[in-house]
Amino acid sequence: MSAPTDRPEDVTPTLELRGVNKSFGAIQVLHDVHMKVYPGQVTALVGDNGAGKSTLIKSIAGIHAIDSGELLFEGRPVTVTGPRDAAALGIEIVYQDLALADNLDVVQNMFLGRERKNGILLDELSMEQAARDTLSKLSVRTLKSVRQLVSSLSGGQRQTVAIAKAVLWESKLVVLDEPTAALGVAQTRQVLDLVRRLADTGHAVVFISHNMVDVFEVADRVAALYLGRMAADVPISQVDRPQVIELITAGRSGDLGIAPAEVAAVEV
Amino acid sequence: MSSTISAPTSAQEPGGAPSGFEADRTADSLGATVRAYVDRVRGGDLGALPAILGIVVLGLLFFALRPETFLTPRNMANLADQAAPIIILAMGLVFVLLLGEIDLSAGVVSGVCAAVMAKLLADAGVPWYVSVVAAIVTGVVIGLFTGSLVGMIGIPSFVVTLALFLGWQGFTLRLIGEGGTVPVRDPVISAISDRNLPVVLGWVLALLVIAVYAALQLNRFRVQRAKGLAHSPLAVVLVRIGVIAAVVVVVTAVLSVDRAPAVGVVLAGIPYAIPLVVVLLLFLTFVLGRTSFGRHVYAVGGNAEAARRAGINVTRIKVSVFVIGSTLAAISGIVAAARLGSVAPGSGGGNTLLYAVGAAVIGGTSLFGGRGRVRDAVLGGLVVAIIANGLGLLGTEAYLNFIITGGVLLLAASVDALARRRAAATGH
Repeated sequence: MSAPTDRPEDVTPTLELRGVNKSFGAIQVLHDVHMKVYPGQVTALVGDNGAGKSTLIKSIAGIHAIDSGELLFEGRPVTVTGPRDAAALGIEIVYQDLALADNLDVVQNMFLGRERKNGILLDELSMEQAARDTLSKLSVRTLKSVRQLVSSLSGGQRQTVAIAKAVLWESKLVVLDEPTAALGVAQTRQVLDLVRRLADTGHAVVFISHNMVDVFEVADRVAALYLGRMAADVPISQVDRPQVIELITAGRSGDLGIAPAEVAAVEV
Repeated sequence: MSSTISAPTSAQEPGGAPSGFEADRTADSLGATVRAYVDRVRGGDLGALPAILGIVVLGLLFFALRPETFLTPRNMANLADQAAPIIILAMGLVFVLLLGEIDLSAGVVSGVCAAVMAKLLADAGVPWYVSVVAAIVTGVVIGLFTGSLVGMIGIPSFVVTLALFLGWQGFTLRLIGEGGTVPVRDPVISAISDRNLPVVLGWVLALLVIAVYAALQLNRFRVQRAKGLAHSPLAVVLVRIGVIAAVVVVVTAVLSVDRAPAVGVVLAGIPYAIPLVVVLLLFLTFVLGRTSFGRHVYAVGGNAEAARRAGINVTRIKVSVFVIGSTLAAISGIVAAARLGSVAPGSGGGNTLLYAVGAAVIGGTSLFGGRGRVRDAVLGGLVVAIIANGLGLLGTEAYLNFIITGGVLLLAASVDALARRRAAATGH
């Protein structure tokens, strides 16, 4: 890991959540969530199933509207009401199911929905060059051809393409939803390297994972959700693995986490 | 699965490691391209292979059975006229099938539009172009209606178009009247099927098509190579140009021979239906392959959710493919009416739709969506037309005709389903 793990707090976070609440009907899924995501850093977002990770990233992506609270992007308050708003800000989400069209090739997928055009003609040449440049910049060396159909790619290669697609758009914040969940050892290695390079090229990265080995390998900060509350959002150097697991499963660990009274209230 | 998965890469990898995209550079050899093609076919991506085989095998079969009539210039011109309405209808279905949808009403929609045109010509006495525009507008409106029911309300296209299949037949019946037929005698409309391009003009156009195709292909090759992008080897580009040139020259030559049954009359030249099909083929191939609309059609057919997340308006794409389908059905109806010289209540019913779906699927368009090209309609339409034409020459009874055509469609659909399974198994 080359990036500094502790950043001075005076750097403006790329994304900051302040007191975000979100309910679905009677069920409150996010309670007063605060979170900071810094440029050039990988922030691991951890939490048990149902802790609210997916709701949180969907709120960032503009798929769910938040009920109250503030979203600050590079220090400016913003409202995100749809995926297009998020994309316009420079937020790219790489979903777990990847959302690639199998019947299109790598270049076509990377530019899907945002094709470059010459008049009404698709500008294939410039798209192919840009796709190749982006992949090279991320040191992706595992693709045989950028004109290969996505259906012929392995799981790790697909993940790579999905991430590269996010990077192509001058994105500032890339959210990765369990990018290594379905991968083997070697492919996980590729993807973790790529995640690291994303941060090293100046992107703010949110990395959702259940795998503590991956988290401690690649993350600079860790944010733990517990039943919809942010238990901790700290540099990873301040916690160790047992502590993070405690934060995930019990909501607090030592001095960190939700106040004991609140934990008790939540667990009722 | 590719063998590259097993090679882990890491940030610490020493210099001189493979930099990726090897295939984009080394594909510059003919052998590699041929191997890649064989791999693709083995992997289940048969492309145009079944249709071309079908045309060759059926052509030889009927030539062997009816050597004195099948391969004559007269029958070839007749075959082109027979194939044109099937091909045009199938072109529209390719768009619908690309989304994994189906339009069972396409055949009868062609009947409705033809009836609108015929009624306007016969009863209102409007000029031919007004009636043609009216027929096409009818097709667009019908397509909007079908597309809205499927795309906006979300009824499965199978059910919507099955209902409309019945509904529009009633509409045609009401328009024309029980047992009646409306003659189509307008000289311009009839010319589509019974007039020919002057022989000289035919040759000029044929050579023009070859020259433009060659220029476009070679220019693309030059630019791609100059910029170091993925491209086919020069040999493959040249073979492609050669094949297209050969087909165009042979067709033009055959149709330029005098095929009049009587001495003293000259009947030669390319029937107007052929340039019509070629223009539609070029235009729709351009739309599907070179515009973002076409790209989005493929994306929605391959993974609608991915397309939606990429910001593509999936509903709009769905509605538009049904509009395209019905518009081409209208054109197909006009061509069929020109060929038959009349429109009857049953026009566009019967096996019209079966032929067109069969054409698209035999040509290589998948019923599962995401895979298909406009040229599939042409190749598959020729196969279907050769079967109908050849069986007609053999004097087979109607019942056999139905059974054989149905069987061929079933065969094509099985090839499609098996190819898809094989593709899933081999990762292609």
